[in-house]
Amino acid sequence: MLDEALAAYVAAAREVGNPSSLHAAGRRARRVVEESRERIAAALGARPSEVIFTSGGTESDNLAVKGIFWARRASSLNRSRVVASAVEHHAVMDTVEWLGSHEGAQVSWLPVDAHGRVDPDALAELLTTYGEEIAVISVQWANNEVGTIQPVAELARLAARAGVPFHTDAVQAVGQVRVDFTASGAAAMTLTGHKVGGPVGVGALLLGREVACTPLLHGGGQERDVRSGTLDTAGVAAFATAVEITVKSQAAYAERVGELRDELVRRVVAAVPDAVLNGDPSDRLAGNAHFSFPGCEGDALLLLLDAQGVCCSTGSACSAGVAQPSHVLLAMGADEDRARSSLRFTLGHTSTMTDVDELLAALPGAVERARRATAWKTPR
Amino acid sequence: MSGGVDSAVAAARAHAAGHDVTGVHLALARNPQTYRTGARGCCTLEDSRDARRAADVIGIPFYVWDMAEQFHANVVDDFVAEYAAGRTPNPCLRCNEKIKFEAVLDRAVALGFDAVVTGHHARLGADGRLRRSVDEGKDQSYVLAVLTRAQLDRAVFPLGDSTKAQVREEAAERGLAVADKPDSHDICFIADGDTKGFLQRQLGSAPGDIVDGRTGERLGSHDGAYAYTVGQRKGLDLRVPAADGRPRYVLSITPVTNTVTVGPREDLEVSTVTASKVIWHGDSPAVECDVQLRAHGEVYPATVTIDGDTLTAQLATPARGVAAGQAIVAYQRSAEGDIVLGSATITAAAPLAAARA
Repeated sequence: MLDEALAAYVAAAREVGNPSSLHAAGRRARRVVEESRERIAAALGARPSEVIFTSGGTESDNLAVKGIFWARRASSLNRSRVVASAVEHHAVMDTVEWLGSHEGAQVSWLPVDAHGRVDPDALAELLTTYGEEIAVISVQWANNEVGTIQPVAELARLAARAGVPFHTDAVQAVGQVRVDFTASGAAAMTLTGHKVGGPVGVGALLLGREVACTPLLHGGGQERDVRSGTLDTAGVAAFATAVEITVKSQAAYAERVGELRDELVRRVVAAVPDAVLNGDPSDRLAGNAHFSFPGCEGDALLLLLDAQGVCCSTGSACSAGVAQPSHVLLAMGADEDRARSSLRFTLGHTSTMTDVDELLAALPGAVERARRATAWKTPR
Repeated sequence: MSGGVDSAVAAARAHAAGHDVTGVHLALARNPQTYRTGARGCCTLEDSRDARRAADVIGIPFYVWDMAEQFHANVVDDFVAEYAAGRTPNPCLRCNEKIKFEAVLDRAVALGFDAVVTGHHARLGADGRLRRSVDEGKDQSYVLAVLTRAQLDRAVFPLGDSTKAQVREEAAERGLAVADKPDSHDICFIADGDTKGFLQRQLGSAPGDIVDGRTGERLGSHDGAYAYTVGQRKGLDLRVPAADGRPRYVLSITPVTNTVTVGPREDLEVSTVTASKVIWHGDSPAVECDVQLRAHGEVYPATVTIDGDTLTAQLATPARGVAAGQAIVAYQRSAEGDIVLGSATITAAAPLAAARA
């Protein structure tokens, strides 16, 4: 957590008061919440009333996809189709699948190209074919695994022209690229605290004022009657502080970390010539470097690098902890072997050239060893 | 690290001894969904979490390795095929042979590790000899005897000098929450413990005859010979009583004719056991020793002869209910724990009468 966010959290957490109470302490808490709402709205080009506080990205994605689907279908039974990209985070993907298996939704997955980018023409085609049936469209702003930035404004424009609400999961994008909710044309947008240096457990859904959305959680209706639950004043204050700081420093951050990332990519490819950089080569998140290392298993590489103090990620694991071939890589046309051979290096605010040096010191040996582990038999 | 108490304490001891230890949990179920429905076994979601928690407490890195394909090909499919061939396999033995000390060991060595440490109850000391655990009731040397010299050279069994009770006590002292977790007994990939039902689903129904071993008379029918084990008495459901009124036992299973042969108890007795796929650590090809013919079974004094890939054991006293497919493990008696001389897979057992003739 950023120091400023932590300080804001502690200051607010020391105060008593439920922002929904009418007494003085309640009003003081309410003021913190509303000021936070305004700061987040200002940082992201939204109106304050469009900010709905939630428990984080997963809840916001569920609320947007399910809530808009339910509301649209309630207004017209014909509206029962959900469209999402094939590279969504599980919080969207599994929600869409659930609507298909439990709510009778028809599901259309938008394909991506070899860089993981959604083709706007494919959405245009779907809108021509199913325009009257589609209840909601969800395409992430940027991919959490390979870092590819999606043509969100173009997709949102197509959706708006067809009168279909467009949701975007911008969890990865806020603070990494310039994000303006109103300018994007999206009807709903997800963001979360812990990706911007704020606390885990607090996030928001930016929801256009005119977009109907059926609640997931019923109760006091604290957030525009779309979301219930006592507001987390301290979390909200810290979240707003983090969003504000991260958005303000975004351009400088992207330049510095982007250069570091480019250096990392250049040196990884020099050290391991057959390494494949996954994702869009230029239109990608500044801190993201995602590779396939042919002949290696990603989890073996991870173990070896971890032992040398390098933390990296293979993507997703099932609940038992088994590394799974990434659905993102598979959607990009990679086979299972290439998907399993993948590893993501993420750089951030604290990353330095020393970190890149340390990775490069460990990587060639780890790759060689991981390759042997794929085919090796112990002599016996 | 299965998520049980033994492997947790084994890892803790290896770590305490100064080794650079990494915890590995094996994911063995092909469909992760079955993790959620599995009861006590070695491949449930809860076990994976218990193993991870134990690694956290010990302070070692922890990973889950996906061995589902290898486990299915080498253990589960083999288990079904062995029953289909009229033999009685030991899947835990196969898992040690093909998964823990082959697939896992190979990967570990390639990744730069020196050895695989497990929580098996057996002794493997400085002399390199595999011996029974001090806890005779928990001894697992029978299912480890299949390991080759090269496999044993990269195996570490830190629990062999402790009883299970001591292991549990130590787990509690070390703050390992699995200290009082119940022992697993059943075959881990048959979550409900219903082996017969499992085989029925895998092999389907295959009706055949139950015949009298002495007269050849057809006594009844069965739905699949795989549901019977040599030595079995219950569940034969024979309508024709034996002439002498005494109970009858399964003597043998003949897959070619799909026949289950039954007879009186004394016809179960064998004095010569032949076995193949020999792993032999003994110096001499002919020894007087003890043999064990099934897991946790009794031992019989015997003369064991090795001839190429055939092991022959002449038992000093007859054994009953010896099933093909099980391992015969030879032990040399020793005050420091009986020493494993070797292991082989039983192919045939000659009845007493035939041996005399």
